[in-house]
Amino acid sequence: MSITYKAGKNPHPLEHRMIFRNIDREGWDPGIETYLGEGGYESLRKAMAMAPGEIQAQVKTAGVRGRGGAGFPAGVKWGFIPPNNTKPVYLICNADESEPGTFKDRYIMHQDPHQLIEGMVITAFAIGCHTAYIYIREEFPFAAKILEGAIEEARAKNFVGRNILGTGFDLEIHVHRGAGAYICGEETGLIESLEGKRPYPRIKPPYFPAAMGLYLCPTIVNNVETLCHVTHILKMGGEEYAKLGTPNNTGTRILCVSGDVQKPGYFEVQVGKVTMGQLINEMCGGLRTGRTLKAVIPGGSSAKVLRADETFKLKDREISIWDIPMDFDSLAACGSMAGSGGVIVIDDSRSIAWVLNNINAFYAHESCGQCTPCREGSLWMKKISDRIVAGKGSPDDVDTLESVAYRIDGRTICAFGEAASWPTESFIAKFRDELKAATSDSLKGAIVNPETKLAAASLKV
Amino acid sequence: MPHQVPLEVEQEIDQRLTRYPDKRSALLPALHAIQGHFRYVPEDLVEWVAAKLELEAIQVMEVLTFYPSFRQKAPGRYHIRVCRTLSCAMAGSHGLMDALAEKAGIDRSHADHHHPICVSKDGRFSIEFAECLASCGTGPVCMVNDDLHEQVRPEDARKLLDRYS
Repeated sequence: MSITYKAGKNPHPLEHRMIFRNIDREGWDPGIETYLGEGGYESLRKAMAMAPGEIQAQVKTAGVRGRGGAGFPAGVKWGFIPPNNTKPVYLICNADESEPGTFKDRYIMHQDPHQLIEGMVITAFAIGCHTAYIYIREEFPFAAKILEGAIEEARAKNFVGRNILGTGFDLEIHVHRGAGAYICGEETGLIESLEGKRPYPRIKPPYFPAAMGLYLCPTIVNNVETLCHVTHILKMGGEEYAKLGTPNNTGTRILCVSGDVQKPGYFEVQVGKVTMGQLINEMCGGLRTGRTLKAVIPGGSSAKVLRADETFKLKDREISIWDIPMDFDSLAACGSMAGSGGVIVIDDSRSIAWVLNNINAFYAHESCGQCTPCREGSLWMKKISDRIVAGKGSPDDVDTLESVAYRIDGRTICAFGEAASWPTESFIAKFRDELKAATSDSLKGAIVNPETKLAAASLKV
Repeated sequence: MPHQVPLEVEQEIDQRLTRYPDKRSALLPALHAIQGHFRYVPEDLVEWVAAKLELEAIQVMEVLTFYPSFRQKAPGRYHIRVCRTLSCAMAGSHGLMDALAEKAGIDRSHADHHHPICVSKDGRFSIEFAECLASCGTGPVCMVNDDLHEQVRPEDARKLLDRYS
């Protein structure tokens, strides 16, 4: 069956549209009848005829890795629910999409919400959950309404609610809106937020959500895109699904490209089947006219930056940035991560100090404040890079900045500490000369921080 | 005059309460319902929310003061959020912020981390920088109340504001 997409919205030939099959599609709407008209909820019918363990096994066989950022295999995560559990089990869809550079879940929820709901019902059935929540960021008010409407549509067709499709299985899905805090994307922070508290992440161990999550009950938190993949895994079978992509990096994923390219946008590709060069030059139409590539942040702003002229060592070969396959393992081997799929392209017109300062301001704003190294350190990093951008930095500032980053990294309850420090660590490791050149030798040894100046004056240093 | 929670807002909160096994979970939904009506959460309603959810007032306050989306002072009738984060900044969101503030007659010179929102003298518009609005491919973006606007150039500021009167 041929699908027509809206003018100018045709998928690139290198794409493999599955999750985004209906995005920007002519004549498509988010209503349930449209979804049912193309085989919608057939995967659910199939799943309901299977044993929950069998569904879990299919998802494990499929090998789908979490699309929210960590890349942990979803089927394995589900398997962490204690087998002797007697408490209620909760499923939470993480729709807090807030990693800078990432903009995929918004399109799924606005244009194809039933794909997500179907994936959630299948997942809930597989893990024995009867109450599920969609934690959606406050900045998606229409998506929240669309999802609430879609849940009611699904209820009217008996895909949600009591005795689903006559199987005796009950499931309620509720939409829960966040309130503008990035840290709610961290799964234990999200759980605290859903409990009506500040989203201070919990320490692991012991608070692994699969064992002690929402209300201290077993809880599975999966990203929007990941849950959509479950629908397709059931449709095609785990083994068929695993043929998509590359070994250990199966399936498709949506790459979001922003920054200095001709045509920013979203591209669904088989994982690892497209290189950075193909993504930037072919799918995004290349860099802006007359510009050359300076750096790429490959997996959301928390991912370590890659410099354009670096050589990267994979297991069997050395490659340039252009030849990096866009998959979890290759990007990890290159010293960064596939993360949330948000690729930010930086060309030679950009000042690295300015880019790093923008990122530092983000993490300083979003640190929840629970752990001292992160709360204090993220603000210090922002202040120091503020100074460098303002032309008031000393060469020592670059070293101080670096040392602050390494004193956050690994010293916090949650991974925000790494997310906040990796940009600084990697930007300095790879662009030390440029950052130092942005500082002024005449300020060497000078006390430039206003707070330190005050303190020094009172001590008559 | 103390603020009164309208019946339909209370009903919405009552309805939201049924969705959770623990009343405290309805705190964000309750604050959203109140802010949806008043455009901010008036201080004298903190006790009301606390009583409704069987919490201490401090438990409401700690949430109200943490989350950037909750406001403790009235914003303008149309509240603008301009994305400040990397991709939008690269696409020119600082220029957009300056143009929108100027055209809306908003002085942002006193904006800081603790007071991010600035309101126009006539109370029609307010503006703040927001962190990543998850539309990085179509930057610079901004939200006006619940509406998302994409690829907004500084020269479009006047036209955009004219849509909200």
